[in-house]
Amino acid sequence: MSMPNTSIHVVIDGTAVTLAPGHSLAAALALLPPGCSRTSVTGERRAPFCGMGICHECRVLVDGRRRLACQTLCSDGMVVDTGTHPQEGSV
Amino acid sequence: MQHADVIVIGAGIVGAACAHVLARQGLSVLVLDARLGGATAAGMGHLVVLDDNPAELALSQASVALWHEWGPRMTADQPGCAYTNCGTLWLAANDAEMAGAEEKARRMRDHGLACEMLDATALRRAEPSLHPDLVGALKVSGDSIVYAPNAAQWLLQQAPHKIRFEQAEATHIDGGRVQLAGGSWREAQAVVLAAGIHATRFCPELPIQPKKGHLLITDRYPGTVQHQLVELGYITNAHQTTGTSVAFNLQPRPTGQLLLGSSRQFDTTDPTVDQDVLAQMLRRALDYMPGLADLNAIRTWTGFRATTPDSMPIIGRHPTRDQLWLAVGHEGLGVTTAPATAELLAAQMTGGGLPLDPAPFAAQRFSLPA
Amino acid sequence: MNAAERCDLLIVGAGPAGMAAAIAAAPSGMAITVVDDNIHPGGQIWRDGPGVQLPPLARQHRDALARHPHIRLLCGTRVVGLGGPAAPGDAPALLLEDAERGWVQHCHRLILGNGARELLLPFPGWTLPGVTGAGGLQALIKGGLSVKGQRIVVAGTGPLLLAAADTARKAGAQVIRIAEQAPWQALAAFTLQLPRWPAKALQASTLLNRHWRTSSHVLQAKGQAQLESVQMQRGNSQETLACDRLACGFGLVPNTQMGQLLGCTLNDRLGLQVDNLMATSVPHVYAAGECTGFGGSERALTQGAIAGHAAAGDTARAQALLPTLARWQGFADLLHTQFQLTDAVRQLATPDTLVCRCEDVPLRDLQARTGWIDAKLHTRCGMGACQGRVCGAATQALFGWTPAPPRHLLAPARIGTLAQSQPSTNICP
Repeated sequence: MSMPNTSIHVVIDGTAVTLAPGHSLAAALALLPPGCSRTSVTGERRAPFCGMGICHECRVLVDGRRRLACQTLCSDGMVVDTGTHPQEGSV
Repeated sequence: MQHADVIVIGAGIVGAACAHVLARQGLSVLVLDARLGGATAAGMGHLVVLDDNPAELALSQASVALWHEWGPRMTADQPGCAYTNCGTLWLAANDAEMAGAEEKARRMRDHGLACEMLDATALRRAEPSLHPDLVGALKVSGDSIVYAPNAAQWLLQQAPHKIRFEQAEATHIDGGRVQLAGGSWREAQAVVLAAGIHATRFCPELPIQPKKGHLLITDRYPGTVQHQLVELGYITNAHQTTGTSVAFNLQPRPTGQLLLGSSRQFDTTDPTVDQDVLAQMLRRALDYMPGLADLNAIRTWTGFRATTPDSMPIIGRHPTRDQLWLAVGHEGLGVTTAPATAELLAAQMTGGGLPLDPAPFAAQRFSLPA
Repeated sequence: MNAAERCDLLIVGAGPAGMAAAIAAAPSGMAITVVDDNIHPGGQIWRDGPGVQLPPLARQHRDALARHPHIRLLCGTRVVGLGGPAAPGDAPALLLEDAERGWVQHCHRLILGNGARELLLPFPGWTLPGVTGAGGLQALIKGGLSVKGQRIVVAGTGPLLLAAADTARKAGAQVIRIAEQAPWQALAAFTLQLPRWPAKALQASTLLNRHWRTSSHVLQAKGQAQLESVQMQRGNSQETLACDRLACGFGLVPNTQMGQLLGCTLNDRLGLQVDNLMATSVPHVYAAGECTGFGGSERALTQGAIAGHAAAGDTARAQALLPTLARWQGFADLLHTQFQLTDAVRQLATPDTLVCRCEDVPLRDLQARTGWIDAKLHTRCGMGACQGRVCGAATQALFGWTPAPPRHLLAPARIGTLAQSQPSTNICP
């Protein structure tokens, strides 16, 4: 069974990536090596680790809400923030 | 055999502050704590001037002023104390509350406290996340926050030759002697009871009731909120003596997490989070900050405030039992009023000049059973 | 506020156990809801994604699930906590959340199929981007992670290492080492027993890899912004391998937090205790699969079917499966005795190595502490987003601490979700 070849466009920290449908957001992050998802409390950059929604290392801000990248399907137009710069302003 | 000049039962913020001040005045102190965990570990650490009545205003104002000295010093030494002068915004949801806030501002200025009225526009600039329909706020610039468990630990560590800590469960007080679980005794000239809701196991005659509160902390969202945000209805809430109530109270932690409260419930010592009360507390918070709905909570917990019938603490000599002094019943203001409590109590114990009128805090104001 | 929902049977987890339970219970006519926090059903072993070829058995279960009109499957849906009072005779209510909304879910009967997670132990450099679990890497690849041309070291312990390496290889990666910490004597005993379960023996032989080494474990992951090489112990010598990824896991830990929050007791394998009909110690709550202890997918399927029949009230069909269960229980018992952790892998962390990844708590801060609660009070260990799921299992392996079960929240939950509740009349604003 083949799917129509519609690409998915996702913006990660301002950079656009393109991928086929059906990929997890964790897979999309890896298209921008080293594929980081967040900054730890002491400033270390972290990437998806357990792959199954347990460790929460892959939590990213997607359209304003925190989600786990390994359990989130990429959808066209998704805007993702991995916390490379401090957030300012309102909720 | 005397183990110290004074035994302090309870190493929460009040007990630690008392030990600290007594030691500074040259007394040797033995601090006993069973490590059961109490209000100090559960609470918000909001250092706030409250003015429901003149005595409360006097105590909290004097104490916040002491925190202005203690806080920066302990944080420079131990960053985990995290003293931050973020100020409080008392939020007015309607014109009547705004009028009440203006009166509060007058009262505070009369007492020399720096404060400022914010109209709706100024409020939106100060805190963009708040509901746009809020009418305004009273800003009290001197209010602060501190991480109380680390502050208590720091206070106990400042005079190592004067303050000794022993992890032990006290079970009985007899004059200047305290018996521990396991049977041994410790002896001093005087005993200070600063054991929060556990005070009644030593003094069942004290009119102290546990008042349950819920708290919630979010994941890190730095830059969302600048000041401690409290609804004006909080003050009335804190002085209720029956029933269950909630009031919006939000603190931005230095970590970027948001600490959310508050709820008050009598007639229970069950520490389980009550989903209904928590939900009510959160719905109240969403009224003031709708965007909170999208933020992730990572932990919820409860704590018990030690409350007296008039919601004022008991600071001073026990009315009938020799050598026993009390520093208990601080409701939700224990962290704020710990320094002034300690100064007042130490002055009473050593015969020094009293920094405050002790009468509103005297145990004698309650008719205690013999 | 979203209205509370109700079903006859709620199944948490759409892995083999959960799917088998749903299919077994379906003919009863019960309204069944299956929830899973992953993107697709299948759990770990039958994880779906772009380019995944599902085994026929997985495909059959997925199709059967989709065919039944009474089975509602909700993926991307997580249980975040308890849902308040339940009707008399009902199972406990749960609080659920998906990407859009949160709600209270009532059910007459509840089956827990929470599965297991990897045991992830700390070692220097384990927080570097490029280091993942072994099952973790397999899961990420199935979710579409590209590893084409990348050099990968797989390490840790257990059959999962071979499965993960196989997945990576088929995805175009170059697996340069599979380092099994157990000595070959222990594994020889395991492989000698395998012929009792022919299907497993066949599986094992297809996964064997010429880069597999025993008595070998990771010492340190090295790199600046990401992983560049790993230092390995191999018998009595050491080696350094330049690589792009390190996939390291030390076996499986049953996911018991949800059961424990409900009040379920644990068995001696640190899984949820169940009787012959998969009933837990909490009325109307059943459990099946890896959350009852490490046992493999065949046992999970059997347990799931028993739980489904039992929850539907069909005791006869449930009991008819007991001989099958006993057969797969033998394999589970064998797995339990093998792949024990050597002391060496419990002592890899140095004082600077972070043990709690959520709150960046190093080993140094934990060495003076006496237990899990003591550590939580004095450090921030276990207070972060994963609620101790990683560091709790790690400190259990390192120090023998018993992590405390969650008290209210099972996972980070939106404040909007927690603001749901049953209406209460005795609160005043």
